[in-house]
Amino acid sequence: MTGPAATAAPAGGPAAAPRAVTARPRLAAALELAAPLAAVALALLAGAVLIALAGEDPLAIYGSILHACLGTGYGFGQMLFKATPLVFTGLAVAVGFRAGLFNIGAEGQLYLGGFAAALAAVALAGAPGPVQLVGALLAAAAAGAAWATIPGVLKARFGAHEVINTIMLNFIAMQLVAFLGRYAYQPGTVRTATIPAGAVIPRLDVWFPALHGSPANLSLLLGLGLALATAWLLFGSRLGYAIRAVGLNPAAAEYGGIAIGSTHTAALALSGALAGLGGVNFVLGYKQFFEQGFSAGAGFLGIAVALIGRNQPLGVIVAALFFGGLSYGGLVINDRVPRELVEMLTALVILFAITLQQVMTRAARKLR
Amino acid sequence: MSSSVVAMRNITRRFGTCVANDDASFTLMPGTIHALVGENGAGKTTLMRVLYGLLTPQAGHIEIDGRTVRIARPADAIRLGLGMVHQHFMLVEPMTVAENLALGHEPGSRFGAWRAAAAEHEVEELSARHGLKVDPRARIHTLSVGAQQRVEILKALHHRARVLILDEPTAVLAPQEVDELFRVLRGLAQAGTSIVLITHKLAEVRTLADHVTVMRAGRVVGGGPIASLSNDAIAELMVGRPVPPLAAERTAPGAELRLEVSDLEVNDDRALPAVCGVSFAVRAGEVVGIAGVEGNGQHELIECLAGLRPARAGTVLVSGRPAPPGARARFHAGMAHVPADRLRRGMIAGMSLAENLVLGREDDPALGRGPGLDPARLARRALPLLEEYDVRPALPAAHAGTLSGGNQQKLVMARELTRDAGVMLVAHPTRGVDLGATRFIHQRLIEARNAGRAVLLVSSELSEVLALSDRVLVMFEGRIVCERLPAATDERELGRFMIGAAGA
Repeated sequence: MTGPAATAAPAGGPAAAPRAVTARPRLAAALELAAPLAAVALALLAGAVLIALAGEDPLAIYGSILHACLGTGYGFGQMLFKATPLVFTGLAVAVGFRAGLFNIGAEGQLYLGGFAAALAAVALAGAPGPVQLVGALLAAAAAGAAWATIPGVLKARFGAHEVINTIMLNFIAMQLVAFLGRYAYQPGTVRTATIPAGAVIPRLDVWFPALHGSPANLSLLLGLGLALATAWLLFGSRLGYAIRAVGLNPAAAEYGGIAIGSTHTAALALSGALAGLGGVNFVLGYKQFFEQGFSAGAGFLGIAVALIGRNQPLGVIVAALFFGGLSYGGLVINDRVPRELVEMLTALVILFAITLQQVMTRAARKLR
Repeated sequence: MSSSVVAMRNITRRFGTCVANDDASFTLMPGTIHALVGENGAGKTTLMRVLYGLLTPQAGHIEIDGRTVRIARPADAIRLGLGMVHQHFMLVEPMTVAENLALGHEPGSRFGAWRAAAAEHEVEELSARHGLKVDPRARIHTLSVGAQQRVEILKALHHRARVLILDEPTAVLAPQEVDELFRVLRGLAQAGTSIVLITHKLAEVRTLADHVTVMRAGRVVGGGPIASLSNDAIAELMVGRPVPPLAAERTAPGAELRLEVSDLEVNDDRALPAVCGVSFAVRAGEVVGIAGVEGNGQHELIECLAGLRPARAGTVLVSGRPAPPGARARFHAGMAHVPADRLRRGMIAGMSLAENLVLGREDDPALGRGPGLDPARLARRALPLLEEYDVRPALPAAHAGTLSGGNQQKLVMARELTRDAGVMLVAHPTRGVDLGATRFIHQRLIEARNAGRAVLLVSSELSEVLALSDRVLVMFEGRIVCERLPAATDERELGRFMIGAAGA
C-alpha cells in the first residue's frame, strides 16, 4: 500500500466510506485544460515586456497583430494560409505523441511531401485533372509516410530512439531534395516546373471574395477533414486504441497482445503521411511549384501546435490558428519591432506550455 | 505520555477525494514494539510516511521526545533518529552492502578516496552486534529478499536510528525467515530501539508486539497493550463488522486436462534460468495454487504461460493443443490472465473503464464495424459488467487510474472472468485489495472453478493459496518442490518447502 493505493477504499459499509469531495476531480480536469491557455497568457505577458524593452507599446503591437489577422479579409486569409500546414503537422506530431513517440521529423516529412507532390503532378501532366490532383496528394502522403517509417522500423526492430532519428532525417531530407533537384529543378533555379492545372488546389477566394488576394486554399478544408479523420482514428478505431494503449502503458498493451513494434511503426507512418500532406498547401495551393526551402519551420512549429492543442485534433486546429495568426501578425509588425520577436514569442509559448503542463498535471494529481 | 519517543497528534492527510489519514494520533513508547494494524488502504503506510517526512500532513503535528518537530523530508527524519524499511527496498542493486550503507557519508581519506576496508569493517561490526547476518562485500542483486531486508535494517541502524519503522516486513519472507526477523527485532527492542511494525496479519501482532494501534478508513479506531485485546476484538476493529466466511461449496473437479505444462524452462529478464523444468497439469473445475517466496520463478512461469515470455524448452498444452505463441493468440486459445501487477500490466490508468474492459479483445468484431471500435458500444457493454463486478463508481467513462486498488482489481477480474476462457492464470489477485473486495474476488474465483474452468493461482499469501486451492504446489528456485492437498498440509510445512529447508 504505497502511493495512490494507500487511498484505497476501505472495507465498505457506510461508516467506513471515504468522504468524497466531488468537485475536486472536475477542478483537476479544468486545471489540466487550463495549462495551454495559461501558457499562452504568460508568453504574451513576457512578450509584452520584450516589446516594451524594444521601445514600443505592447498593447499597440498586440492590437496590430489582432487587427492584421481579423480586421481585413485579406489578413484573415493570410492567417488561414499560415495556419493550414500547422494543422497537418500538429496532427502529425499529436498522433506520434499518442503512441508515446516524439516525431521531430515533421519538418522533413512535410518538405519531402511537397517535393513528391510537385514531381507527381508534373509527371501526371497528361492524365485527367482529378487523377493529377489525387496522384499528387497520394505522392505527398506516401513520401511523408515512407520517410517517417524509417525511424519507425529502426525503433521497432532495434529500439533506436525516434527523437534522434527523426531529427537527423530532417537534414537528410533537405539534402536529398537538394540532390534530386539537380534533375528535377528548372535550369538555373531551385524550383520545379509548374504543375498542371488539374493538380492545382483552388484558392478560397473563389468562393469567399472577401479573402481576395490571400493564398488561403482548399488545403485547409483537407486539413480540417483530416482532423476529423484523426479524431476517429484515435478514439473510434481499433488501431487508435492500440496506439493510445501503447502510448499510455506499453507493458499493459503488451499484456493485451498488442504488438508494440508494429503499432509504433504504424503510428509514425500515419504521422508522416499527415505531415507530408501538409506540403501541398504551399506547392499545390499557392506557388504551383516546389521551391527549395519552402517548409520554413512549419514542421517544427507542429510540435508547439500539438502541445498547445493537447494532442486533441480539435485543439490542434485552434492552436494552428493561433500560431498561424502569430506568424502572419509578425510580418505586419515587422517595421516596428524586430522580426525575431514573434519567433521569441513562439518559443516562449512552448516553454511555458511544457512547464505549465508539468505543474498543472502535478497539481491535478494532488487534487485527485 | 511525556516519556513517549514519538507522538503524532491529530494527523490529517488527504489525497484528492480520499482522506487517507483522518485526525489520526499515534504514540510510541521507548523500547517497545508497536504494531500498526489495519486492512490495506486503512492509512497505516500513509501515517508512517508522514512520520518519515515522505508526505506532509494537512493538519496535525509530530513530537519527538516531547518536542514538536517539523519533518519535511526523510533527511529530517533520519537526523531525528527515525529509520524506515519500506516494502519495496531502496537499495542500489549493483553496489555492495557496504557501499549501500555508506551512501551519503562515505568514510574517505583526505583526497576523497573510497576506503572499502573501513566501510566493510563498520558493517561487520554492526551486523555482529545486532545478529543481522550479511556479507558486507556481497552485491545487493545477488542477495535473497530476506538478506536485502537485513541490509535495509542495518542501513537504518547505521544512521543511528532509535525508531525503526517496518512496512509489512514479512510479506516477502518465508515463515522461517519471519522467525529470524522477529528474533532480531526483539533483540533491538531490548537494546532500547523503538519499533513500529505495519502489518495486517494478526498472528504477527500476537507473537511480537507489545502495543497495538488499529486503523480503519484513515482513522485510529482502537488500540492498547496487546494483552488487553483479543484477536477477535482486533479483527472486528480492523474490518468494522464481523467477517463473513467464504462459501466453501465446491463441485468435484472434472477429468479433462485443460492446462498441461511439461518440462518448462523459462529465463528471467537477465537471461538467467528462472523456471527450471516444471511440469504440472490443471483439470477443468480445479484450482491449482502455486505457493512460494516471491522471486522463485512464479512470475516467469505465469508470464510464459500467458505468452508474454518465450519458453526456452518444454511444452504447454491448452485443452490438449499446443498453446500458440503470443499473448493475443493465447487469449484466443482460451486463456484468461489476471496479472500480478495490475497497475503496470493489467490496466491502463489513463484509459476509461470501458476501454480497459476490452484490453486484449479490441479485435472482437462485435465491438465495431470493420476497423472501427465504437465508443458507444464499449460503454453500453461496460455498464452491466461494472455493476455485476461491483466496480465503484460504475462510470464507464471514468479513468481507471481514479479507482481505488480494490476496484481496479475488480475491473481486471471483470475483464478476465468474462473472457471465453477455459484456463485462468491468476497472479496475486488480492494484493493491496481491501478485505471486502478480497472476499468478492475469492468468491468469483470459486464460482469460475465450479463452472468448470481450470484456475492456476499464484500467490505469496499462504492463507489465500490454502483457502482456494484443490491442490497446492510449492515453487522454490525455479522448481516445483512439493505437491500437497490443502487438507493434508499447513503453513508450517509449506513454509519449509518455500525456503528449501525440507524434502532433502
